[in-house]
Amino acid sequence: MKRFGLFAIVIVIISALLGLGVHQLNQASGQGDAAKTLTIFNWGDYIDPALISKFEKQTGYQVKYETFDSNEAMFTKIQQGGTAYDIAVPSDYMIQKMRKAKLLLPIDHRKLKGLGNINAQFLNQSFDPDNRYSVPYFWGTLGIIYNDKYVRADEMQHWQDLWNPKWRNSIMLVDSARDIMGFALVRDGYSMNSTNLSQLQQAAGTLNKLAPNTKAVVADEIKMYMIANEAPLAVTWSGEASEMLAGNSHLHYVVPTEGSNLWFDNIVMPKTAKHQKAAYAFINFMLEPKNAAQNAEYIGYATPNNKAKALLPKAVREDRQFYPPAAAMKHLEVYADLGTKWVQQYNDLFLEFKMHS
Amino acid sequence: MKKVTTLTKTNRLPYFSLYFLWIGLFVIAPVALIVYQSFFGIDHSLTLSNYRTYLSSSVYLRMTFNSFWFAFLITVLTLAISYPTAYFLTKLEHRQLWILLIILPTWINLLLKAYAFIGIFSQSGSVNNFLTFIGVGPQQLLFTNTSFILVAAYIQIPFMILPIYNSLVDIDPAIINASHDLGANNFQTLWRVIFPMSINGVRSGVQAVFIPSLSLFMITRLIGGNKVITLGTAIEEHFMTTMNWGMGSTIGVVLIIIMFITMALTAGGRKGKAKS
Repeated sequence: MKRFGLFAIVIVIISALLGLGVHQLNQASGQGDAAKTLTIFNWGDYIDPALISKFEKQTGYQVKYETFDSNEAMFTKIQQGGTAYDIAVPSDYMIQKMRKAKLLLPIDHRKLKGLGNINAQFLNQSFDPDNRYSVPYFWGTLGIIYNDKYVRADEMQHWQDLWNPKWRNSIMLVDSARDIMGFALVRDGYSMNSTNLSQLQQAAGTLNKLAPNTKAVVADEIKMYMIANEAPLAVTWSGEASEMLAGNSHLHYVVPTEGSNLWFDNIVMPKTAKHQKAAYAFINFMLEPKNAAQNAEYIGYATPNNKAKALLPKAVREDRQFYPPAAAMKHLEVYADLGTKWVQQYNDLFLEFKMHS
Repeated sequence: MKKVTTLTKTNRLPYFSLYFLWIGLFVIAPVALIVYQSFFGIDHSLTLSNYRTYLSSSVYLRMTFNSFWFAFLITVLTLAISYPTAYFLTKLEHRQLWILLIILPTWINLLLKAYAFIGIFSQSGSVNNFLTFIGVGPQQLLFTNTSFILVAAYIQIPFMILPIYNSLVDIDPAIINASHDLGANNFQTLWRVIFPMSINGVRSGVQAVFIPSLSLFMITRLIGGNKVITLGTAIEEHFMTTMNWGMGSTIGVVLIIIMFITMALTAGGRKGKAKS
């Protein structure tokens, strides 16, 4: 008993020392100076770290960078207001939801420099008319990834092709109700934002027929699996796809021409923002063509910044997989926030599909 | 142990209040919050509709059955591996070392272990390399029920071995000698003497494995490829995707109730009998 007590005391002392050390380190890195900081809340690995140091050097602000892994987790954290985030990067439908929940500050366009660099077709979207609350950061699509070792290009051009019995137990789907229900809706000829119960049920029936071909419904691991040739086919977002393509030259990305999702990740200022001046400085910094191009090259996603796109290597700029031609762009649909009731409906049907497969 | 008995009523209070504060804050309050949340619909109105949905939906009932079935299989497999292991451990010389080796994997993060199994089971993984080497050819191992049960059992094994081992070690060797002296063979001794005397260890082992297995969710996705859907998956979805905390809490309440039923069933009234 005596030895146990000693052991406990030693552990407490070590923990206390470590805690003190962490505190000291935080102090030393200047995070105590509250007035000159900028707190960014972004997806993991979603900015070139070199740009953060460049921003710090250029403006003198200290950047505190925190990450989230889902729009919903970010929403909850901002709603609860524990940390005063100055900048966040939510996706389209979440911006609409945050707007409705009054969690965003309007952006004063007079304080912006370089909004004109953004391609007009990515501005004034349904989730944020006139861009009152958000500035585009990256955009992308939903599509099919195939491995040319097992699949010929002409065999995989449309959503319909996924249902081919040839692909038994071959497809990996991303674990996202809106996206998977969405392409089933497109295949049946409906809108990805459908709020018609009979259409949704028909799409769910169509989707259930995909169950024998479905190998797994997974998340980020898709990248690892596809690079390792674990499966010949996958359905996921263009951003993920660009990372996979970089890791395995046999992989190709297709956006079916009949329609797919067009998504955005935009910069917003949450209600919690305390350093608005720094936030504007950051938005303007990221709007600069040179910085946006550097970021796009690092992340590999498609940039909405026209002038930045012009700075990218020709092979990237003209890559039809990630910058689809205008004819294909026309059929892409942005997700609308359908409200909790319909989101629940999509997820319930998707859950049923998962139980089916 | 002597110190405890010398505690008087007056100086006992501070110790107990700390304990009650802890239990109140970290056990009772969260459970109360879950129960409270479960009575709210998505529109934040007070309602019983979550429970109605749960009980009338074939999806949730099938999911509950699935969870039960998989938790049962995992528990049976874990027990089948752990009991003999614990038994042989008691016969070994450097027992402390062996026990340490069994505890060691629990120090490693669950996700890391799951990822390790992805490496082992994948198409180019070591198991498939071996199968190719002996001429069987690569098999689909990941995303199958078997691999899910195997990995879950692997993760749970230490929690089954330890309580069984502890109850086996406590058995007085004289009783086993007596059993042999009175003419029982090895099997009879094991089945009629040792097993009944270690039943308490088996019970706590089953509790420690069955209850968490009901709500496993990360492994269902990483190893099961979401082909195994348990209540844990549904809770994660309700909290993280649809933000329908009410429904998520309702499933949580159901799990808590199942947990109490499991405890009541495995705690059994035979405790005294097994000891005597």
